[in-house]
Amino acid sequence: MSMINIKLNNMDLACPAGSTILEAARTAGIEIPTLCYLKEVNQIGACRVCVVEVKGARTLVAACVYPVSEGMEVFTNTTRVREARKKTLELILSNHRKDCLTCVRSQNCELQKLCIEHGVDQVRFADDELKAEIEASTAHLVRDNSKCVLCRRCVSICKKQQDVAVIGANDRGFATNIGSPFGRTLGEMACVSCGQCIIVCPTAALTEKDDTEKAYAALADPKKHVIAITAPAVRVALGECFGMPMGTNVEGKMVASLRRLGFDKVFDVGVGADFTIMEEGTEMMQRLETGENLPIITSCSPGWVRYCEQYYPEFIKNLSSCKSPQQMTGALIKTYYAQKMNIDPKDIFVVSVMPCTAKKYEIWRPNQQAVTGCNDIDVVVTTRELGRMISNAGLMFTNLQDEEFDPMLGISTGAGYTFGVTGGVTEAALRTVVEKLTGKELEKLVFEEVRGYDGIKEAQYDVAGRTVKIAIASGLTNAGNLLDSIKSGEANYDMIEVMGCPGGCVNGGGQPIQTGFVQSFNDLREIRGSALYKGATDSRHLHKSHESPIVKEVYSECLGEPGGEKAHHWLHTTYKEQPKYPGLAAEQKK
Amino acid sequence: MPNTKTSVPFVGTTEQAAKLQAVIQRHKGQRGASMPVLQEAQEIYGYLPEEVQVMVAEGLDIPLTEIYGIVSFYSQFILEPKGKTHIAVCMGTACYVRGAGDILDDIANHTCCKSGGITDDGSVSIEATRCIGACGLAPVLTINNDVYGKLDRGQIEPIIDEYLEKAKAEEAAEQE
Repeated sequence: MSMINIKLNNMDLACPAGSTILEAARTAGIEIPTLCYLKEVNQIGACRVCVVEVKGARTLVAACVYPVSEGMEVFTNTTRVREARKKTLELILSNHRKDCLTCVRSQNCELQKLCIEHGVDQVRFADDELKAEIEASTAHLVRDNSKCVLCRRCVSICKKQQDVAVIGANDRGFATNIGSPFGRTLGEMACVSCGQCIIVCPTAALTEKDDTEKAYAALADPKKHVIAITAPAVRVALGECFGMPMGTNVEGKMVASLRRLGFDKVFDVGVGADFTIMEEGTEMMQRLETGENLPIITSCSPGWVRYCEQYYPEFIKNLSSCKSPQQMTGALIKTYYAQKMNIDPKDIFVVSVMPCTAKKYEIWRPNQQAVTGCNDIDVVVTTRELGRMISNAGLMFTNLQDEEFDPMLGISTGAGYTFGVTGGVTEAALRTVVEKLTGKELEKLVFEEVRGYDGIKEAQYDVAGRTVKIAIASGLTNAGNLLDSIKSGEANYDMIEVMGCPGGCVNGGGQPIQTGFVQSFNDLREIRGSALYKGATDSRHLHKSHESPIVKEVYSECLGEPGGEKAHHWLHTTYKEQPKYPGLAAEQKK
Repeated sequence: MPNTKTSVPFVGTTEQAAKLQAVIQRHKGQRGASMPVLQEAQEIYGYLPEEVQVMVAEGLDIPLTEIYGIVSFYSQFILEPKGKTHIAVCMGTACYVRGAGDILDDIANHTCCKSGGITDDGSVSIEATRCIGACGLAPVLTINNDVYGKLDRGQIEPIIDEYLEKAKAEEAAEQE
């Protein structure tokens, strides 16, 4: 990499050629403020908050897009720069609905943070008439355009990273607004509910639909037996809600806090994941034997499943018929656990804590009732919502003593544990499938090739005399590209793992929100993912799903064989092609 | 987010669809293909309803949101079809100071049609245009292809009624 020399605030700085002023300044320990910037996703210089002075330039320039050049002299903190940034912020505030006292993003809002940092201590150009513009047509998301700063991060992430593109910038000038075409609601579009738009939103223009009241209502109902279940990825991110370093595994404190919130039992969705491996592994072995419907494609990620139904319906037959680990855990609670504890499943209320917003949608999908008339999961709260519940209850999270999950459905294997990160499902499946097919114990547990954070990974293993070709995609653009290569005949695989969000659940749409600057210069996927891999090896005695005592017990007591009739009834589901333009399709049907 | 979906049901012929497909094929893969395709699509259909924009989006493999973003950005693209009687009132400076605003309101009231909109039955549409270059006739408007200038309030309503009656008579004749 060739280096060039610039002067930054009169100090010499060597930086790689081709970097932007923003990147160069960062290496010198200066965070130039940003609002619309998101590295590699949204670099459009739109918000003008990152302006700096460049000697010889006629105007201030946007540091996020302006490349450095040899001998350039940059000033990031002159009076002119400070005044310009402040004025820009004041103008953004002029049509921002400022209900900061009651806003869910207060203290975690990039606009608020910038205003504090830039001494915006009065509102000079207020529009006091601004009304909330709420759009809440989906199960997972609330949009309030009265708080939108038109940064377009959501638009970019939806299109570039997720290949969904159901929102865009409409109209022009002062009337510009972010939304779906023709004033359609998101519910009328083929949104996959991934929530990536929420975690990149700098303000509260996009938030998850808050379902904590439903959880509180169940907890307050003496007739309800209320159970919390938590996904693997929650424990490596929840600490961020309480100022703990990114990548801290807070499993024990999370369990302790859930007990203190009043949950009767706290179970681990990692256990559901172990069952997923048993069922999906069996399905995979059957398909490998018959050669039908290969590649088998994972179905754990509801954002991905919905994407498949809407955008790649020709691959529906390839989807594993397994429910997701969340739904399997819920199904086992309402059947096995209910029978064992002699509780009417209708009196059990399952609150699922998820790193994911699509899970809020998944619970309402068809065929997600192991017990007829009884949803497998009653309500989903995201990691962020749980964080708020813990704060609400006055729990001193960082001081809590670690506690363990309730044992009946609470001890997952290391295999189930890794479901929260891209490649994890594949590795967990391989640990079981390879042993079953070869009849021999694995020599090593780790399948290096399937780990890592590339958008598409490939691996190939010789198992019991045949080659098993595997691909792993995370992020829906990558998934789409992979499916396109299969459609065109360029590639073929036996198994594909898809996670809707880049990096897998650790980077899900329900996870704690870091600023755009933090997201741009830290790989959250890797930081949280490594914590998950570490937790999976450190704390677990068992590493293969088929060796789990819970798995063995439930199959022998109730389910029978993996892939058997009862297992199918409880743990499997169905898929159906969905229109790509649902609003228009519904009108045309009429 | 204003609802910009037209209330007039879409009627497209197979000939129109074939024409549009030919246009799409001609431009597909080119940089900046969406502008010329949308312009030609508007020539074919007279306007750009959701159905047409979906055809363009699918044909060019560009998301509908992006197509709609372009259409709603440029005022040359229209989302409402033109009515059988299309009234365009000039809102240029000269016309405006000579009372075009009042005339526009009067016409909207008289025809029960919003400015920039179309009646549900598709009989009347009203457009507020930029300067049409006939300032000497201010205030000026056009009905279909006919120009009416130097108007006072109250003069235009009977003229519009004539057009409406003529259109009705034509429709009745067509049905026979």
